[in-house]
Amino acid sequence: MLRLENIIKDFGGLRVLDSLSLQVGEGLIFGLIGPNGAGKTTLFNIISGLSRPTAGRVIFNGTDITHLPPSSIAACGMGRTFQNIRIFKELSLLENVLAGMHRLFTYSPVAMLLNLPVQKREEKALREKALEILELFHLAGKAKRQAESLSYGEQRKLELARALATSPKLLLVDEPAAGMNPAETEELMGEIVQINNRGYTICLIEHDMKFVMGVCRQVAVLNFGELIALGSPQEVKCNPLVIEAYLGKEECK
Amino acid sequence: MTEFLMSFWQTYNTLFYTVLVHGMLALSIYITLACGQLSLGNAAFMGIGAYTAALFTLKLNAPFGLSLLAGGMLPAFVALIIGVPTLRLSGVYLAMATLGFGEVVRVVFLNMSITGGSVGLNGVPPKTELWHLLLVMGVLIYFFLKLKNSRFGRALEAIREDEVAAAVMGIKTTSFKVWAFVIGAFIAGVAGGLNAHFTFFLSPREYGFDFAVDILTFAILGGTGTFWGPLVGSTILTILPEMLRFLGSYRLALNGLILVLVVVYLPNGIITVKKKD
Ligand SMILES: Nc1ncnc2c1ncn2[C@@H]1O[C@H](COP(=O)(O)OP(=O)(O)O)[C@@H](O)[C@H]1O
Ligand SMILES: [Mg+2]
Repeated sequence: MLRLENIIKDFGGLRVLDSLSLQVGEGLIFGLIGPNGAGKTTLFNIISGLSRPTAGRVIFNGTDITHLPPSSIAACGMGRTFQNIRIFKELSLLENVLAGMHRLFTYSPVAMLLNLPVQKREEKALREKALEILELFHLAGKAKRQAESLSYGEQRKLELARALATSPKLLLVDEPAAGMNPAETEELMGEIVQINNRGYTICLIEHDMKFVMGVCRQVAVLNFGELIALGSPQEVKCNPLVIEAYLGKEECK
Repeated sequence: MTEFLMSFWQTYNTLFYTVLVHGMLALSIYITLACGQLSLGNAAFMGIGAYTAALFTLKLNAPFGLSLLAGGMLPAFVALIIGVPTLRLSGVYLAMATLGFGEVVRVVFLNMSITGGSVGLNGVPPKTELWHLLLVMGVLIYFFLKLKNSRFGRALEAIREDEVAAAVMGIKTTSFKVWAFVIGAFIAGVAGGLNAHFTFFLSPREYGFDFAVDILTFAILGGTGTFWGPLVGSTILTILPEMLRFLGSYRLALNGLILVLVVVYLPNGIITVKKKD
């Protein structure tokens, strides 16, 4: 579904991604792990079009999206969240999710001005769908609240809900559990699995190994911009290179 | 009683007309602010609209509606030309570009013979009637009400809140910003055309940097959370100086003082929207 071919990214003289090739298959929960500064977020930025690779190609469902702008990549079915939360703080939760549904709305400016039935129908149907998505993350009760009023963990969930609202074929999730307490993390794991069961392919970056080992079917390990291991969670955590660069011995038991 | 009303209207009708025109200008900047962009070109757009509409009337004897339409279209077209290259980039590029643009427009008005140079245009026929202004204002309010809870209004708000996140949601941020800027220029141009046809007289000095800042002040004072804010702001800032004539030259200082107080105590403007449970 997603194929990265020899991605290179330089910032000034610094090579952050070095000839990286990787494939993410349909239906998976795919984990991307590695020490801080390994280039994981940079890779997400390249996939979602926020940053251009120095060389290499990104192929998404057979289409070369390397040079498309972010909004067109989103239209191809790519959704994402950010490591530093980027929800629309002053909008309500419902408005956040509805903004995420932007590309599902089809009515014209004329329909807006004349309040045509097509507008009423779409607004009503998608509002209901937005509430369903919020409910998935146990946030429907707060739909009318300002997003800023949520706790940190809830804000992460709202961002995930908003990304899901774009109806992505592939959902890129950058450190979803960062800043969450253990109970919230546990709940989030359930929600991620539930999203995946609904047919969404997920690629996630996460440092919480319990999380990664618990939900991912396949894991890639990045170190200094290079892919050092790829396989099932079990294989990866006992890989000597990974033990040395990132995890340490305790994980492999 | 009727006599009193008549004389009241005689004294204040120009003020009332001006309140409506300033309200339109406040809305013209609001629509760009609504997607996080600062335009300092709206006074110049008003000027282009005023001259265009006046010249259509004076030279071509065009019907009033056509003059106004031309007064809206030309600034909208100019906005398109400025907007496409500058709004691709996020940040303060639009503010800088429109700042320079305002100066260019003023110099052009000063030097072209068709605009009457530094003397300006005299004897524009008084065609603007109260109902014209009320109609245009009514249409604008209707437009902004409909925009508010539509997919387009939400897209603008999303862009204002976080342009990168909006783009990742599939919102075509550049085209929304350009549209907002173009519509704003159109509104400012029509307001200029209406204004030209009741002040009889156009001078290049009226559309300079000072007035661009005044327009921005309307919006900031009223608050940019909803379109009612700029309307309230422009009304207050237009009426207040009249009420305070007795203060002489101090009244300008008072205007400034009020603005400072609002910014300090009501940082989101007079009309503040709060979302609650
Ligand atoms: N915009 C940028 N300019 C320069 N260097 C950057 C930029 N973004 C990231 N980097 C560098 O790239 C490396 C990888 O960063 P990042 O992708 O955020 O790592 P990770 O998400 O794996 O922690 C880091 O060394 C970081 O300092
Ligand atoms: Mg990161």
